[in-house]
Amino acid sequence: MENLTIEGTPKTPTIKFQPEDGKLLIQGRSIPENSIEFYKPLVDALDGYNGSAAVDIVLEYFNTSSSKCILDVFKKLEKIKSEGNDVEIKWHYEEDDEDMLEAGEDYQAIINIPFKIVEIEE
Amino acid sequence: MDINIYDFYNRMGRDNILLSFKGNVTSELLTSVLQIMESKMERLNEPSRVKKKVYNILVEALQNLHHHMDKTFEELGAEFNTVIFMIAKMDTHYSICTGNYIKTANAEKLESRLAKINSLDKEELKAHYKEVLNNGMMSEKGGGGLGMIDIARKSGQKLDYSFQVVGGDLSFYSLNIKIAQ
Repeated sequence: MENLTIEGTPKTPTIKFQPEDGKLLIQGRSIPENSIEFYKPLVDALDGYNGSAAVDIVLEYFNTSSSKCILDVFKKLEKIKSEGNDVEIKWHYEEDDEDMLEAGEDYQAIINIPFKIVEIEE
Repeated sequence: MDINIYDFYNRMGRDNILLSFKGNVTSELLTSVLQIMESKMERLNEPSRVKKKVYNILVEALQNLHHHMDKTFEELGAEFNTVIFMIAKMDTHYSICTGNYIKTANAEKLESRLAKINSLDKEELKAHYKEVLNNGMMSEKGGGGLGMIDIARKSGQKLDYSFQVVGGDLSFYSLNIKIAQ
């Protein structure tokens, strides 16, 4: 499988997925009007992946349209985990950003994957 | 009557309006408005907590307008497809006001959804959000009914909305969101 790299823009995050070691990074802002279209390449890549995964989510902002797509990504990871792979998600948030902390807690409650919420040192 | 732009200028100053717009909401417009608001808040030296809250809520409020534009055009035509929004910085809070036309029949459905959101406390809102996120259907553009719940959660205030019937089948929907600073 090939690496997936999507460069960030003011409205969409940087996405890096390396199937070789299972590293996945989503970083930046995720506020596109059409998030389904934006997340499709990642969801498709995860569909065809079977291996361990170490996921870092480092988002500054995300809109509710992205929140459904991020859940889709997590559901794909849940399936990968159920096939016997190690999967871990780290949700990063800035110290004073209570909304981003709460958003992490929401996902933590919904999905069945080891899920760490980590404070970013400013 | 001639337009007096100076009156309009003073009025905007008096009402502490940082930005106002009437017209069609395009993706490009949203990008510009968000950039303008970000740099205005930067210049006002807002704490990052306030900046983030205002930005987040603004994204949801404006994308709501954007998402419903196609439907409004289909149902009501180009004449009623323009919206208005205003962002003001008051002494104690930011205010984001939006207004758009809506079919009266749809207004009733929306009103009951908003009333439901307003009946929930903080914990119930969190549970409702998770339920819609996890079970709710995704609309074509990905909205799926989370926007207003998110605005209520992040602003920490009841939604302040009103519907004005302007013709039998035509209503004007106004939303006034306050964000404490």
